[in-house]
Amino acid sequence: MTDTLHEPFHTDPSTDLSTHVPLTKPQLPSIATTLAAAVSWGLAGLPALLLSWPIAGWVVVGWILFVLALPTWSGLIEGGRKAVDRLVTILVWSTFALAMLPLVAVIYTVVERGAGALSVEFFTASQQGVLGEGGGIYHAIMGTLIITVIASVISIPIGIMAAVYLVEYGKNNRLSRTLTFLVDVMTGIPSIVAGLFALALFTLLLGPLPRIAIGGSIALSVLMIPIVVRSTEEMLKLVPEELREGALALGVPKWRTITKVVLPTALGGIVTGATLAVARVAGETAPLLLIAGTLRGTNFNPFDGAMQTLPVLIFGEATRGGLAEYVPFQIERAWGAALVLIMIVMLLNLLARVVGSLFSPKTGR
Amino acid sequence: MSTIQADPAPPSDPLQEEGSTGRAGDSIFRGLATGAGMIIMLALAGVAIFLVLQSIPALGASGEQAYGADNIVVYIWPLLFGTVLAAVIALVIAAPLSIGVALVISHYAPRRIARLLGYLIDLLAAVPSVVYGLWGRETLQGWVFPIYDWLHDNLGFLPFFEGPVTTGRTILTAGVVLAVMALPIITALCREVFLQTPVMHQEAALALGATRWEMIRMAVFPYARSGITSAVMLGLGRALGETMAVALVLSASGIVTFNLISSQNPSTIAANIALNYANASGTKVNVLIAGGLVLFLVTFAVNFLGRYLAARGRAKA
Repeated sequence: MTDTLHEPFHTDPSTDLSTHVPLTKPQLPSIATTLAAAVSWGLAGLPALLLSWPIAGWVVVGWILFVLALPTWSGLIEGGRKAVDRLVTILVWSTFALAMLPLVAVIYTVVERGAGALSVEFFTASQQGVLGEGGGIYHAIMGTLIITVIASVISIPIGIMAAVYLVEYGKNNRLSRTLTFLVDVMTGIPSIVAGLFALALFTLLLGPLPRIAIGGSIALSVLMIPIVVRSTEEMLKLVPEELREGALALGVPKWRTITKVVLPTALGGIVTGATLAVARVAGETAPLLLIAGTLRGTNFNPFDGAMQTLPVLIFGEATRGGLAEYVPFQIERAWGAALVLIMIVMLLNLLARVVGSLFSPKTGR
Repeated sequence: MSTIQADPAPPSDPLQEEGSTGRAGDSIFRGLATGAGMIIMLALAGVAIFLVLQSIPALGASGEQAYGADNIVVYIWPLLFGTVLAAVIALVIAAPLSIGVALVISHYAPRRIARLLGYLIDLLAAVPSVVYGLWGRETLQGWVFPIYDWLHDNLGFLPFFEGPVTTGRTILTAGVVLAVMALPIITALCREVFLQTPVMHQEAALALGATRWEMIRMAVFPYARSGITSAVMLGLGRALGETMAVALVLSASGIVTFNLISSQNPSTIAANIALNYANASGTKVNVLIAGGLVLFLVTFAVNFLGRYLAARGRAKA
């Protein structure tokens, strides 16, 4: 398929067969890539072993050899264009490997350094009265749970209804165009600005330097609503127009068409989008730092006083410093909390995928 | 028959009745949907109004109340510089990588694998920013330290690598962490655009004997140019507003410098708020909020430009 015509087709019958030009250029064998890779990293392995380089050095030197070797070989046999193509292919795949590096490194480091912190006490105790060793993150887990659940209760209905307006009622009128634009703007709001908004709001209501958990939920809602609107909107647009027309033709009122036909059809996608939005805001730190504050004990009342959350706890423990003998325990606690937070977020992501695939046949595709 | 006769309602009436209750339900439901839209507008207006209201007292702040700066502009300017610098570093790293990763998912990987690779990139976006920050502060800074040493020794004549190298917690490290966080966004948007390239154009290029790279260069990139630009702008918006990664990674001193690898680093607006908020009181809070307002305006402008470019690209296509 990739054979290229080197010369125009010969029409002159008198052409001497001895000067026959082949129609195809020679190609590298299909194992060429594997072979070049093996040779490159093998060659790099010699000095790496002899001079005891770190693994990263061996990988980088091997990669450089590989990038030089395969295109050069290809250039000699297949010609310049194929060589460039092979070079770009290597580079493009390398970007992917490079992009995966931080993901693997972060997850590995978090598990490696956080696993040691996990214990029964870690999940059942708060930091009340604990300075160095011991204590746990129960208060922060509860705080994250409460604040995120309230944020979801605020955001998901508003987000879904706004998307319903955009798709079912708005029909590109002025209000819906403005709303689409504003949702775009909201998507780009930096999380700390959402926190400052909640802070400014509650400063007006409660006086200077308010610390209140419900404010954290409101700040998270500002971040969450646009995500829910976007994903729900996409899903509603996928619902076939025939379903709506069919229901309306049977005399079903529009609102029942929406609640009984359109929304159930798109349910899988909507739930997936909402779950991903929850996962996204569960890890938000900046707004909660500003308005929900920090607390060493457990607080179950979102309307009164500060409430500790997992991300804020990680930030706090990592930056606290203080007595040198306490610092290692604080850092270990930060990693442990990071592990718990990552597990929560990844579980939510997994849940979203599972829900999405469970419900997806309903869209009739 | 007689029952119908006895019934005062003619056959058309039940329909009418159905219709009227339907309309009542309709108007309620419509009202709810419109109301939700209105709430979003109010919320956004609230964000702008409250930020402006709380920023006003900061305009006259100076000296102690403005963290030792003469006035609010002098205070915020170096932070804005740091914000833009960190975001630009992040994009210089993330933009080419993202385009490559998006190409892998859209054109290079077999379709079945491409889905899985897409999920992996989504996972990259799922990791909370504070975890990236912690990782950058505790782990990455140790890895990059020897690299900075090398850069300083070999490229020290460039103003960027003047050094001295005493810590890995520099603005360059913060930029790398921001790049990791901006990458999934740019990738996702680029991937969408690449996949929308007309198949006919691509097949025509291949049929004319183009290699895969020539096909991408001649059929995909021209089509996707505005989409890529808009994706990069939106990634920039994300990098500008990111707080925790910078606050945790950077050892900041709030100066203006292009020296990327010394221990004297410009701070960013968002990180500055997060780090100074705990001990702020009185007008200082207003000064921080004013910084937030500036950040909001800058990210708004960048995002607006990104959306505008995307919309214009769509209209042209």
